[in-house]
Amino acid sequence: MVSAPNLKVATANRLGDGAVVYRDRTGSWSTRFADAVAVEEDLAAELLAAAGRDMDRAIVVGVALIEVARVDGRLQPASLRERIRAFGPSIALAMQPPGGEESR
Amino acid sequence: MYRYDEFDHAFLAERVGQFRSQVARRLRGEIAEDEFKPLRLMNGLYLQLHAYMLRVAIPYGTLSSAQLRRLGEVARRYDRGYGHFTTRQNIQFNWIRLQDAPDIMAALAEVGMHGIQTSGNCIRNVTADQYAGVAADEIEDARIWCEIIRQWSTLHPEFSFLPRKFKIALTGAPADRAAVKVHDIGLAMRRAAGGAIGFEVIVGGGLGRTPMVGKTIRDFLPKEDLLSYLEAIMRVYNRYGRRDNLYKSRIKILVHEIGAEAFAAEVEAEWREIRDGALRLPRATIAAIAAHFAPPDYEPAGGDAAVLAADRLANADFDLWVRANVVAHRAPGHAIANVSLKKPGAIPGDASATQMEGIADLAERYSRGEIRVAHEQNLVLPHVRMRDLHALWRGLIALDLADANLNLVSDIIACPGLDYCSLANARSIPVAQRIARRFADLKQAHDIGELKLNISGCINACGHHHVGHIGLLGVDKNGEEFYQITLGGSGAEDAAIGAIVGPAVASEKVVDAIENIIGTYLAERRAGERFLDTYRRLGAKPFKERLYATH
Ligand code: SF4
Repeated sequence: MVSAPNLKVATANRLGDGAVVYRDRTGSWSTRFADAVAVEEDLAAELLAAAGRDMDRAIVVGVALIEVARVDGRLQPASLRERIRAFGPSIALAMQPPGGEESR
Repeated sequence: MYRYDEFDHAFLAERVGQFRSQVARRLRGEIAEDEFKPLRLMNGLYLQLHAYMLRVAIPYGTLSSAQLRRLGEVARRYDRGYGHFTTRQNIQFNWIRLQDAPDIMAALAEVGMHGIQTSGNCIRNVTADQYAGVAADEIEDARIWCEIIRQWSTLHPEFSFLPRKFKIALTGAPADRAAVKVHDIGLAMRRAAGGAIGFEVIVGGGLGRTPMVGKTIRDFLPKEDLLSYLEAIMRVYNRYGRRDNLYKSRIKILVHEIGAEAFAAEVEAEWREIRDGALRLPRATIAAIAAHFAPPDYEPAGGDAAVLAADRLANADFDLWVRANVVAHRAPGHAIANVSLKKPGAIPGDASATQMEGIADLAERYSRGEIRVAHEQNLVLPHVRMRDLHALWRGLIALDLADANLNLVSDIIACPGLDYCSLANARSIPVAQRIARRFADLKQAHDIGELKLNISGCINACGHHHVGHIGLLGVDKNGEEFYQITLGGSGAEDAAIGAIVGPAVASEKVVDAIENIIGTYLAERRAGERFLDTYRRLGAKPFKERLYATH
C-alpha cells in the first residue's frame, strides 16, 4: 500500500438509513467510495465544515475525515476499519438483500 | 412462559408511539443527533459501522415460536435476511434503517418484545441458564427469579442512571451454564442444610478491560429477600460507584477497591433498613409468577428411551449429534436438544430468517413452542420427546442446522468484531470461521473433546475471551490485526480468567497457533482430561514452549 500523502475524504452515515456515505465533488453524498472527493491538507478543514453543515440539516450523522491510501493506483481508505465501512463486511453474509444495496 | 399483561402491552404501545414521533422529528431536522441519540439508545437502536443496529432483549433467553417467527420476519423484511444472537442471549439486527425502526418496534411489541434497557447505564437483560426449568441437575427454575428481577428492574427510577451498565445472571443449577461469576451480580440457587432453597450472591465479576471473578458476599439469601437484597446492592453501587472514571465505573472496581467484606457490610447495613419493607416477596406473588413457568404436562415416557436407542443404532450421524448436542432432561422420556449456530465456516450466532422461522416451526412441533438462546450463541429446544429426536434432527438437517459440535472446538463464541462494531480493533468472525474450518472434521473435534474457544474484537470482551479455555483478543498493531492468546479461562462454576500465554500473533498465524496449542494438549493429556484439565495440571509452560518454539 502506498500512502497518498495527506489526502482525506469526508464520510458519514446517512441519517435516514444509516448507510455509509462519502461527500462527492458536487457536495452530495454518495454510497460509493469511488465518488468521494479527496482533498489535501489545505482544503480538509473546508471539506469538514461543509460536511458538518449537512449534520445540522439532518442529512447525515457522524461526519469524519478519513485518511486515504493509494492501492494499485486506486484510492482506498487507509485503515481496515474504513475499508470495511466502504466495501462492507469482509465475510460472506448469510443472505444478501434481494435487490442489492440501492434497492433498500 | 411468562406473557405480558395488558399493562405491559399498553406501555409498549405508548413507547412505540413516542419513538415514532421522535424519529419523525429527527428526520425533519427538528431534533439534533445529540438530543436524539439517548432516545434511540433507550430503545436499543445503535449506530454501527454500516447502519443502525437494533438490539432486542430476549429475557433470560426464552422465546416462544411466535416470537422467533417474528424475529425471522423482521430479519427478512427490514434487515438483510438474518440476525445475530449475542452472548447476552439477545439478538441484534445489523442493517436497520432509522425510518423503519418504529415499524419494527411495533412489530416486536405485538409479540411482547422490545429493545428497552439493552443500552445505557441501567440494569440490562437478566440472563439465565439456557436449560432453566428442564435441566436434570436443577434445584429450581431460574426463569421464575429472572422474571421477578425483570419486573423489578424494568424502568426502575432509582436505577436508570447508574455509574455504568449493569448485568445480572442467574442459575438454578449447581453446574453454571450462565457464567454467573463474571457478571456484576451472579445468583446461584443453593439448597441449605435444612432443605430451604435460596441464593448464593456473587458480586463484582466481569470481563472487559479489567476481568474479575465475582466474590460471594452472601452464601445463602432466602428467596423472599431477593429483591430487597438486590436493591441494597444497587444502592451501595449507586452511592459509591466511580462515576468520575469510565474505566473504573463498573461495580467490580468498587468491590475490588473497598474489598468484598467491606462491600458486603455496606450492603447488609442497607439491607437491614429495607429488608422488611415493600420489596419482601409474598409467597402468593412468587407462586403467581411461578405458575407462568409451570412445567408442561409431559406425557409419560412410554418406551421413548428404547426408540431413541434404536434410532441411534441405525444412524451413526444421528448418534453423533445426540452425543454432542442432546442433554439430559428432568422429565423421563424427554431430552433437551441444542441447535448449533456454529456450522464450520458460518458466522457464529447468526441465523437466517428462513432458519429462524424453521426452528420456530420445529419448536411448535417438537418442543411445545418454546426455544431458548444460550449465551454461547446457540439455540435450544427444551422439551423434546426422545422418540421425536430423530425427526427433529431431520428437520434441522433441512435447515442446515444439524452440526454435532456443541462445546467442541468449532463451537466458537465470537463477537461481531470489526466487520460490524464501531468499537472494534480487529475482526472476530473471519478468525472464528478459519479456525472452525481447520477443525471441521467432526471425528477430530470429538477426539479433542470439550473446548471453549472465545474471540473478542476488542478489550470490551463481548466475545468472553477471558473465560475461554482458549481466548483470542483482537488488537491493532500499527494497522495490522494481531491476536493475543489467553489460556485456562473458564466461565463455568470453576470460573477463572485466562492468562496471556505470550506475544500476540499475526492474523495469518492464528489458526496454526491454535492447532499448535491443541497439539500440546493432545500430546500431554491423560485419560479423561479435557483441554482445561490438562492446562490446569501442567500450567502454561509446555503450551508456551511449543507455541513459540519456532519464533
Ligand atoms: S468485544 Fe469489542 S469489537 Fe467485539 S462486539 Fe464488543 S465492543 Fe465490539
